[in-house]
Order: sequence, then C-alpha cells, then structure tokens
Amino acid sequence: MVEPHRLRRKSQERLHERIIRQLLFLSAALSVFTMLAILGTLLFQALSFFQEVSLIEFLTETRWTPLFQPQYFGILPLITGTLLVATIALLVAVPIGLGTAIFLSEYAPESVRRSVKPVLEILAGVPTVVYGYFAITYVTPQLQGIFGNLTVFNALSAGLVMGLMIIPMISSLSEDAMVAVPRLLREGAYALGAKKFEVAIRVVLPAAISGVIASIILAMSRAIGETMIVSIAAGSTPRLTLNPLVSIQTMTAFITQLSLGETPFGSLEYRTIFAVGITLFIMVLAINLVGDWIKRRYWERY
Amino acid sequence: MGEVLVLTGKKSHSKRSITRVLIGPLVLPTLIFATLIGMVGLGILLVQTFTVGLPWLDLDFLNNFPSRHPEEAGIRAALFGTLWIAGLTALFSFPLAIGAAIYLEEYAPQNKFTRFIDVNISNLAGVPSIVYGLLGLAVFVQILALGRSVLAGALTLTLLIMPIIIITAREAIAAVPRHYRLAAYALGATQWQVVRRAVLPSAMPGILTGTILAMSRAIGEAAPMLAIAALVYVTFIPTGPLDRFTVLPIQIFNWVSRPQAEFAGLAAAGIIVLLLVLIGMNSIAILIRNKYQRRLAE
Repeated sequence: MVEPHRLRRKSQERLHERIIRQLLFLSAALSVFTMLAILGTLLFQALSFFQEVSLIEFLTETRWTPLFQPQYFGILPLITGTLLVATIALLVAVPIGLGTAIFLSEYAPESVRRSVKPVLEILAGVPTVVYGYFAITYVTPQLQGIFGNLTVFNALSAGLVMGLMIIPMISSLSEDAMVAVPRLLREGAYALGAKKFEVAIRVVLPAAISGVIASIILAMSRAIGETMIVSIAAGSTPRLTLNPLVSIQTMTAFITQLSLGETPFGSLEYRTIFAVGITLFIMVLAINLVGDWIKRRYWERY
Repeated sequence: MGEVLVLTGKKSHSKRSITRVLIGPLVLPTLIFATLIGMVGLGILLVQTFTVGLPWLDLDFLNNFPSRHPEEAGIRAALFGTLWIAGLTALFSFPLAIGAAIYLEEYAPQNKFTRFIDVNISNLAGVPSIVYGLLGLAVFVQILALGRSVLAGALTLTLLIMPIIIITAREAIAAVPRHYRLAAYALGATQWQVVRRAVLPSAMPGILTGTILAMSRAIGEAAPMLAIAALVYVTFIPTGPLDRFTVLPIQIFNWVSRPQAEFAGLAAAGIIVLLLVLIGMNSIAILIRNKYQRRLAE
C-alpha cells in the first residue's frame, strides 16, 4: 500500500513542510559527517605521523618508547597487551555468559528470568571507571594473595574485571538466539529420548551458534576498545609479553596516558596517539563488521 | 540434527549411558553457578565500594573543591562540571537525534543512501568512546578552537550518544500504530502535522526513556572526557560554556590513580555519588516506561 503522503506531488508540498523535511534530513546526515570526521582526523594526523616514522617500523618494531630517548615506535607491544587483556576477559565472560544464557533460556522459570535479567543489565550500565576502581582496590590485592609475584599493575586483574563487565553482552544476545530456536527442534530431540541437558547443549546451543558467535565477537570488540579499566589497573609499561602477572599497556591506555599530560598540539607525541587511535579504530571496525555479517548471514530463520 | 540421532545408535552405548548418568545431574548446578557469578561479582563490587566510601561521604565532600589534603577534598567542581556537561549534551543531542530518527522512520525514501545512513549509525554505535575523545580533541578543541572547554566536551558527548538515542527513538516511532497516521492524514493533515500531532506524542515516552538511558551513559564516560578536559586541578565552577571543567568520572579516576588509601576512600565516595545519580536517572526512565505501559493497557 502506498503511504498517503507519497500520493501528493512534490510541488504541492508547502514551503515550511519542505524546510522541515530538509532539516530532518540534515540531522540524519550528521551521522555520516561524524563518521567522515572520525576517519578524516585519524587519517590526517596519522599520515603526518607516518611522515616521520615509517609504517614498517610501526608494524614490526618490538619496542614502544615514544616518551623517552631513544624513541622506538613499534605498536606490537600495545597490540599484544590489548589482546592479552581481551583474551582473559573472554575466557571469563564466554563460559559464564553462555552458562547464564542456557540457564535463562532453557531452565529458569519465567519469574526467575524476569528478575535475573535486569540485575545482569546493571553490570553493563556501571561506568567503566568504577570497574577500574574495583580492579585496583579489591581484585588485585585478592589476587596477590594467590600469586605472590603479582605486580600492582597487571593484565590479569584488569582482564578478570573486564570479563565481569562483558558478561551481560554475551548472555543477553546468546539468550535471544536460544529463545528463537523453535520448540519443534527440542521436542524432536525429546522424542528420540534425549534428556533435558542433552537438548540444551546438543540441540539448542548448536542451533543458536551463529547468534552465540556474533555475541562473542561483539563482546571482543567492546573489550578491545575499553579504556578505563586498563588505564587504571593494567599499567603503563608497553611490553611484548603473554605473562598476565606483570604490568603491560594497551592501545587505549596509551592514548589516555598521553591525554592526561596535555601534550602540546602538533608534536610528534600528539600525533602518536592518532596513529594508535587509527589502529584501534580499524581493528574494532573490522571485528564489528564481521560480527554483524555473521549475525545477518547465518542467523537461522526458522 | 545428526548429533541427536547418534543418541539412539548402538555405538558406545554404554559409554553414553555413563556420561548421561554422571554428567546429567551436574549440568543444572553448573549453569546456576555460572548465572550466580555475575550477580555475586556485582554484589561484591557494590558492597566493597559502599563500605570504603560511606565514611567519606558527607556534606563537606559535596561542597568542597579538590584538595591535596584528603580530609578537605570534595567534588564540588566535578558535580557542577557534570551538570554543565549533561545539560548541554541533552540540549544538543535530543533534538538532533529525534530529527534523525523521524527522518529515517517517516520521511526517508527506501534507497541506497538511506541504507548507508542506517549501517553507518550502527557502526558509529560500536566505535570505542576513546576514539570520540580523539575526534573531539582534534575537531572541537583544536580546529574550532573551543579549547578544553565545557562546550567542546558536550559536543563530543553529543556525537557519542546520538547513535544510541537514534536507535531507541526509531524503535519508539516504529511502534506507533499505523492507523494513528492514517487517521490524521484522513483529516487532511500535512506530513509534518501527522508527525508532530499523531506520531511524536505517542512515541515520546519511548524516546524519553532512550534519551535518559543514553544520558546516563554520557555521565559515566571517563575516557573521552579525559582526552578533552585532561587531568587538571580544577578548583572552580564553570561559569560559561567556554570555561575549563572536570566531571565526576575524571575526579574519580584522579583519586583512584593515587597510591594512598585515603584517596581510595574519596574515590569510593565519588563512585557512590555517581551511582546514585545514575540510579536516579534510571528510576525516572523506568517510571516513564511503566506509566506509558499502563496507559496502553487501559
């Protein structure tokens, strides 16, 4: 059916109606300008950075010391630091988030489901600076009781707390995917003599796997872009290591560290944060696009 | 489905029975345990923060400026900075985001450009907040020469939360029944009259709820605000949009980064204030939603 307003001819549209339409269009187009501005600023500053530092050094050098002499600009330590913390976070959040999703979708009575979900949503709403505080004042001292050689700043504590933060991202998206699995599949399995846990784990989980994977990928992008927890608890020592017990630095924490000190505009150090920023932006955007693609492409339509 | 069929096969029948008997009863307790971890984690976080922070929370704490002496330090500058930032951000983002949502739901032709705007908005919602900080630093602080001001901070947060408001506002607008529009058109209303008199009033509770939730995200943001405001000693209240500022999350970050235990107490007290502000805003959002749902049910 044709919308009524489409029957009217353009020329009949009154002047102020047309102005309103154009104003509304401009506010929608602002989102495109925002994206262009992000790309433009990052590219412009990063290109001017790469006039002084070669892209080869940036990608292959294993030392990152832009703040003192001799300066080395190898982003690898920041990338491994970022991935280390994100991996720890996912190791925490994937099993817990999936367990929660299976429980809520397959086992929990409606009343439990309706009270547990909002509580978990709170985890996603707590400001990240609060998680940073929690990591450094509570989790790190507790961990030091277990690992004697744990330094004050470390990837483990930041990763564990970040895992707590992203649990609801995984649990709610995965649960949506599991609830969408039709009853017929479950009943078919019961008819074959399957028990409840076999239906949940061997039928529902595989049937919802694309939604589950999409939720994990989106949680990973969130973990990589997270800034405050790692700035507070993971340290500012760029180091090419997989040891979670020592101080490291992530890409986001480096950007924060330089922002604190009011670096003079236009200096090489100032442009460095944009070179790191564009690396972070490309990584996160690529991960998000893959996540969206999986969600759209493989979302089973029953 | 092949997996399920194996259950009835003869192959490894006895082994299967053993796992069924041994593992089966453990599954539900494991799942409940997993569900509890998230909730227990949240509980420990809240209890720990309140026990450490409450002794530091008094009227002086709200009224004093930051200080090197923990017992004299307060959040006056940060509270007013947060008020300024939140006020301006709401002022900018609300009309712009609603305008964008109205355009996309009610006006936009179904073509490639509309689809492009659509994809673009969901991509923007996934950009890390620190990247918005870099954008604001380069564009508002430097190129537009606003300096490290309240205005630069509010504009940055506006861009950050616009995608969130647009997405929820679109849902609210799309949920308005079609016959509201048709009835208004039948009375001879122009398209804008339909939007303003028929669509917006019934979509408004949903839009407001989404805006309040996005604002509570903005108030808790520390990373982009650090990039804009930097970590400075602010012992004054902003008197205009071009003044320098600090906000609650920056002040908390500042105290967290100091090694002395007193400052951890101050940080916890600051967190309590921040959480109370957020709980207040979320309660308002829930009230609006409940009232609206009741009205629909009648």
